Amino acid sequence: MPSLGADMEAGTLVEWLVKPGDRVKRGDIVAVVETQKGAIEIEIFDTGQIEQILVDLNSKVPVGTPLARIRTDLETAAGAATPTPVTPPPAGAIAAAPRASPPAPAPTAPTPTAAPLPQGPIVPAAGRRVPVSPAARRLAELRRVDPSAITGSGPGGAIVRADIERSLGVTTPVPAERKRTIGLDLDAMRTAIAAAMARSKREIPHYYLQHQVDVTPCEQWIARANEARPPDSRLLMGALAVRAVALAARNFTAFNGFYREGSYEPAAAVHVGVAVAIRGGGLAAPALHDADRISLDEVMARMRDLVQRTRAGRIRSSEMSDPTITVSSLGERGVEALYGIIYPPQVSLVGFGKIVARPWLVDGAIGPRSVLTITLAADHRVSDGHAGALFLADIGKRLQEPENL
Amino acid sequence: MNEADIPTVLREELGNIAPEMDLQKLDPQADLREALDIDSMDFLNFVIAVHHRLGVEIPELDYPKLVTLGGAITYLETKLGSGKR
Repeated sequence: MPSLGADMEAGTLVEWLVKPGDRVKRGDIVAVVETQKGAIEIEIFDTGQIEQILVDLNSKVPVGTPLARIRTDLETAAGAATPTPVTPPPAGAIAAAPRASPPAPAPTAPTPTAAPLPQGPIVPAAGRRVPVSPAARRLAELRRVDPSAITGSGPGGAIVRADIERSLGVTTPVPAERKRTIGLDLDAMRTAIAAAMARSKREIPHYYLQHQVDVTPCEQWIARANEARPPDSRLLMGALAVRAVALAARNFTAFNGFYREGSYEPAAAVHVGVAVAIRGGGLAAPALHDADRISLDEVMARMRDLVQRTRAGRIRSSEMSDPTITVSSLGERGVEALYGIIYPPQVSLVGFGKIVARPWLVDGAIGPRSVLTITLAADHRVSDGHAGALFLADIGKRLQEPENL
Repeated sequence: MNEADIPTVLREELGNIAPEMDLQKLDPQADLREALDIDSMDFLNFVIAVHHRLGVEIPELDYPKLVTLGGAITYLETKLGSGKR
């Protein structure tokens, strides 16, 4: 059971996506764990074959408990050609530790006595590893469709609900599903937000800056770019915002990293936490990894996927644990400015308000322009207003040249 | 695709975005963004879904015609109807 945050002590295993005998590779999602922050998809960090499931469905176990045993390819190469799960050489436990965090509490005693194999539920999609959206997976389970036999049309070839529906044939009406099987517990989420935000305001001396930027160039550029694109690959302003922050954060290292135990460590990578509002009240800010190193189109595709999964209660373990800076955006409704509270142990949050039409001076003449207010909340233990102002101005400048984002 | 299915398709796709809303009671003239509390990402996902299910090209310039359920039905009926009858 990986630690998905400093305050996490235990998690409940609510879904296995693999069964003994399945081949897995690094990065595959093998299980779903319910935590205070919602359901988190657990990724695996080894390549090999699942040998034994050690934790039954719906059991709550402490952080550090081995969830399953995997025989890695190295062990297989050394052992019998056809490994039998009954008498295996001792294999390492899955330490599904979140990325870029200190090694999880060493899974102690990874040599459990033969726990009975679960008379497990039938787990679909055990073969080919293609991402399947939660809605698609539920529908597939409901209709007993094997998603691995379907070609996905979602981001990155992901299988989405529509693909499953197509495979069922249009003549079969599929009622839209109204209920989440693995729901977000909004009360628990509120408790988690309360704890993190209270700690932030208690420990972090915030300072705030704001900057108004003419984003007419971004709007015009997006409109032109989207003209020739099918809906799947259209861009939104939010992706440009994330990209501008990521590029700026790479150069302004005092705003991208973690403050822990009295000292600041700048992060080597830029993982932008994208604040996602949850319907019914709630908020999560999972990481969009390496947002400074991937293209704008890739940022957009991943953002779409991230928002959908977050709202469906399907965040992955690594996304939960390692954002290095947060971006919060109010979108097209709402108000002009947002002053954020930093998510500890991060040290800054960049807020984007609603874009508004304003009279604006351009080349000595007043004209209507689209104006965006960007704010910075930063940790005064790590940086000062002067550096913050340069950081915020740099983000604004990058938004003047959307073609370079 | 039968034209009678358009409202059903739209309600299903809106239901995927706002599962807790009773879409049968949705005012056809209400602004979807306000009535269902959907943001630009939700709206884009709605357009993508409708595009795939009905096979209709929906340029970004036409988004304003889709902001109400009634408007969206009219828009899509016109698009699908032309050339059929």
